[in-house]
Amino acid sequence: MVSDAAASNVAAGKAQGAIAALSTRALAKNFGSLVVASDIEIALPQGARYALIGPNGAGKTTLINLLTGMLRPDGGQVLLGDEDITTLDPQARVRKGLVRTFQINTLFPQLTALEAVLLAVSERKRYSGHWLRKLPAHGDAIDEAYAILDSLRLGPVCHRLTRELAYGQQRLLEIALALATKPRVLLLDEPAAGVPRTESAELFTAISGLSQELTVLFIEHDMNIVFRFATRIIVMVGGRILTEGTPQQIANDARVREVYLGGAHRG
Amino acid sequence: MSTLGTLDARGTPAAATPQQVLADGIRWKRLEIIFWLCLLLPFVLTPSYLSLASQIAITALFAVSLDLILGYAGIVSLGHAAYFGLGAYAAGLLAKWGWGEPLTGLVIAAAVAGVFGYATSFIISRFRHLALIMITLGLGLLLHEAANSASGLTGGADGLQGVKMWPIFGAFKFDLFGTTAYVYSLVVLFLTVLVARRIIHSPFGLSLRGIRENAIRMPAIGASNDAHIRKIYTIAAVMAGVAGALLAQTTETVSLEVLSFQRSADVLVILILGGAGRLYGGIIGAIIYMVARDQFSGINPQYWYFWIGLLLVAVVMFLPNGILGGLARLTRSWRGKWW
Repeated sequence: MVSDAAASNVAAGKAQGAIAALSTRALAKNFGSLVVASDIEIALPQGARYALIGPNGAGKTTLINLLTGMLRPDGGQVLLGDEDITTLDPQARVRKGLVRTFQINTLFPQLTALEAVLLAVSERKRYSGHWLRKLPAHGDAIDEAYAILDSLRLGPVCHRLTRELAYGQQRLLEIALALATKPRVLLLDEPAAGVPRTESAELFTAISGLSQELTVLFIEHDMNIVFRFATRIIVMVGGRILTEGTPQQIANDARVREVYLGGAHRG
Repeated sequence: MSTLGTLDARGTPAAATPQQVLADGIRWKRLEIIFWLCLLLPFVLTPSYLSLASQIAITALFAVSLDLILGYAGIVSLGHAAYFGLGAYAAGLLAKWGWGEPLTGLVIAAAVAGVFGYATSFIISRFRHLALIMITLGLGLLLHEAANSASGLTGGADGLQGVKMWPIFGAFKFDLFGTTAYVYSLVVLFLTVLVARRIIHSPFGLSLRGIRENAIRMPAIGASNDAHIRKIYTIAAVMAGVAGALLAQTTETVSLEVLSFQRSADVLVILILGGAGRLYGGIIGAIIYMVARDQFSGINPQYWYFWIGLLLVAVVMFLPNGILGGLARLTRSWRGKWW
């Protein structure tokens, strides 16, 4: 579990000398004159379950893109543990243990669920260079891929083509692909997007069942889910971090209420 | 209770471990073995067509090499003849300059095509889609014109003359009927398909299919597409070079046509006709295309492309995954058992 003291804010974390699993320093990004990220400072302790919330256009997905290297920041740093990864390309960051999922399913339609996860496992284990050894000869990778699918209750459908899976199963496969890279930090961009409300709690139960070693940051719009599964919440508005705190603190924060209920800061 | 047990969507027993299911998916199917045995039929049924059969085997090999990059890795090429032509000229020149041993000639030609393939793969891996079509097309044209202008070396538009091949293993001469040529081409085709088959069933092959299915997603699972693409492109260039060398050796001549845009376009048509991404699509496509060309051009030597055009439109409209794709859909229930 995360102690409140350790994660209360960046300054406190630094003061204690604890190294956050993932942190940023003064991260900034503009698209022309549009500021999409400005002075972003976050510090996620190991094992944390963070929610990232904010109105549409607040820059949540942009922040994930900056963290994973899909976008280059105009300024600031991204640190994984104590290592500066700001200049690394996306695949190098994945290999170091920082992985994401996508808001819209970006899967491999013509691969079976098992093949897709096996692909990610074999890339991690560097088996993907083997071109004269058969796939079934890599039993360790296959067992691992199947175990990941099974833990997300995809075991029974692991030989189905991805495009034939039910939508909710495809959302789970997104997470399975990310887990196959053995991440230290997992960034979930609206993992339950498009999933019926009744099923999204189920999906988050699966997420909360993930290893406590793993640091998770998720974007989610459903406040019931956020308050149920997050230990801390970051609120973004207009490319900036408005505030950060425990679910209780956020629920009682007048500025957050204004953003969500007043609708004054849309954009 | 059924003694067969429960079957999942792919018709495999649900009790099988994932490893068994994967192993089952890549084992030799009966239809595959029957198919290869059928390729021996020309020796008995149409012994006067063995030269054509040998050309078909060579074209099939060329199409299989294209399948590895197009069908499996999603790299569209309109200039694949560049590697075919390089292999052909390398083998032809080697024989012309006095080394007519076929097998070493094949290896050297493959190496020449492979080196050029590796060099160009650094450009190829940086582009996709339309840009890739233009770049491969450009590379193909470049090489064609280079060979045309270097007529002192290549014989230019007159073709390379004076290619004399030694007997294979010092015993089997290339005869007029094409018997040796067909045996030779068929054996090389078979060995190449064995390698291609192994590649597509390897972890590397799985990564290639990942690139084809969703190249953008690959970095997000830690994969480096560029390295994979460079590797398969080089392998495909080597195989195309082998095909070209076979043509030069079995016909004992090399014409400029081996580097032509027409050849690049034909092999693409053949692969799409047969079904890309299915290993055997290129072979089936080559058989149908070459036999059709032989027959149609016999009827009317000028307008036979009319029928090929019609066939292509019909196949793409009604069998979007090629002839093999259409067959697979028809026989879905047999899948895993036969194919």
